Amino acid sequence: MKQSMLAMFNRTGAWVLLFFLVLPALISIPVSLTPKRFLSMPKGELSLRHFEKLFTSPEWLSSFAQSAIIASSTALLATILGTLCAIGLWRVSSKYSELVRAFLLLPLIIPQIISAMAFYRLWIPLGLLDSYPGLIIAHTILAGPMVLITVSASLANFDPKLEQASKNLGASNWATMRRVILPSIRPGVFAGALFAFILSWDEIVVTLFISKFNVYTLPRRMWNGIRENTDPTVAAAAVVLIAITVIAFGVSTVLSRRRAQTQND
Amino acid sequence: MIDSLRKHVSPGWMLVAPFFMLVVVLYLGPILNILWLSLTDPEPGLQNYQKLYTNDTLLRIIWTTFRICLITTIISVAFGYSIAYAMVHAHQKRQKLMLTLLLVSFWISILVRTFSWLMLLGHNGLLNNALETLNIISEPVAFVRNELGVLIGMVHYMVPYAVLPLLVNMQTLDTRVMSASRNLGATGSQTFFRIYLPLTKPGIVAACLLVFILSLGFYVTPAILGGGKVLMVAEYISVQLLVTLKWGTAAMLAALMLFGVLALLYIMSKFMKLSTVFGGSTS
Repeated sequence: MKQSMLAMFNRTGAWVLLFFLVLPALISIPVSLTPKRFLSMPKGELSLRHFEKLFTSPEWLSSFAQSAIIASSTALLATILGTLCAIGLWRVSSKYSELVRAFLLLPLIIPQIISAMAFYRLWIPLGLLDSYPGLIIAHTILAGPMVLITVSASLANFDPKLEQASKNLGASNWATMRRVILPSIRPGVFAGALFAFILSWDEIVVTLFISKFNVYTLPRRMWNGIRENTDPTVAAAAVVLIAITVIAFGVSTVLSRRRAQTQND
Repeated sequence: MIDSLRKHVSPGWMLVAPFFMLVVVLYLGPILNILWLSLTDPEPGLQNYQKLYTNDTLLRIIWTTFRICLITTIISVAFGYSIAYAMVHAHQKRQKLMLTLLLVSFWISILVRTFSWLMLLGHNGLLNNALETLNIISEPVAFVRNELGVLIGMVHYMVPYAVLPLLVNMQTLDTRVMSASRNLGATGSQTFFRIYLPLTKPGIVAACLLVFILSLGFYVTPAILGGGKVLMVAEYISVQLLVTLKWGTAAMLAALMLFGVLALLYIMSKFMKLSTVFGGSTS
């Protein structure tokens, strides 16, 4: 019975570890409710003043808006490019397409600091530093592989005979794409869009290099707040971000459940 | 001519082209440019690489990075193994809850998580305050702005990455092998160490390589929790570029990091289909 003892010990350890992964992030909730002007745990009374500041300060609001614009544009662009690319690679299906696929996943794997250097290097002569297009293009290149992965996973379960049938029945390429392929990979496309949005919304390393004054995203403002390490407004922003994460997680769970359902149909 | 091209080139490539061109021109291009810079800036030659022999600061930074990455990898994979093992052997409902916890932590912004550790472990942080109130310590303990802080933050970030390849590996094991071992009279721990552990070796190797690769270029956590005291390669590169504007040294370090990562990826692909690690089968 020694194994079950060990297994029980390990099970307890695993739960402790899982809570160690999640709980520390929740510290920002009490800290954001402190009535004081500096980072501290509230003693007794609670206050919403830091949330009030977060949602009334023009700086934080503009950062929220900028991040939303950049992340939505990134999600849109990366989803279009990544989905087309995934369908193309699925159509070709040769040893070259697998090579190209591996190559296109590189932006996900190459350390962010090297990507940051690369964009910084090229954005200087192109005049894209500190601009919306500069950030959106950079984030699209980083997020495209995410979409490629999720859409490819959906396509792996799509029966190529359906495409053939549609063409035999006289549908054009475009009609086949719009009426047959896209509807059946929709969950993968939505999941990819969501991942792309989150990646851009959270991205800090590349952003630090290629933005300065004009574009000041939410992670950028948080980064500065964290480095100064005094203002509880950052804690309030962290709480908002955690809430958004939990919502996005819920949405993606529903999506993947739906994906599992369409597979069973 | 266009017709003959159509015959030989699958039309699928037309759909691949936009993203492919974008990555080649705006990503691969400048990366190759950086590799080139490491050999030509400030003047052509290998002097940037010679600094590896002559410059003590550089050597110390590379050694610090290597050491921290190695310790992070060992601890994260050990933790990850424990979690993955418990998950595979848990009931379905529990398994779902465990997966949810794992994925939620995976999804929480890296900045939020790093900031949380700062609030917990900082000079005036929750832990120090609690220990002082309980009279266990008389002065705040330095948990952050040193290597300990960087390690805590990095392990916390990397554990989910370690769990995923291990989970994939453990789920494909044939449980009958373990039952056979028990039936033939082996004890539980014998079965685990002689049968289970060797069978999960591919997962362990993949998890180690993945965590190590991700740790190598890690920037956010060392910069914040290290508080300038723990200088790793990524932060050094950013200082070189944004403050002292020296591209040569930074490019050389980036080239080393890039080749290191690619070599590790190559080794990893021998142990595991990479696509399974990066989110489901893409075949």
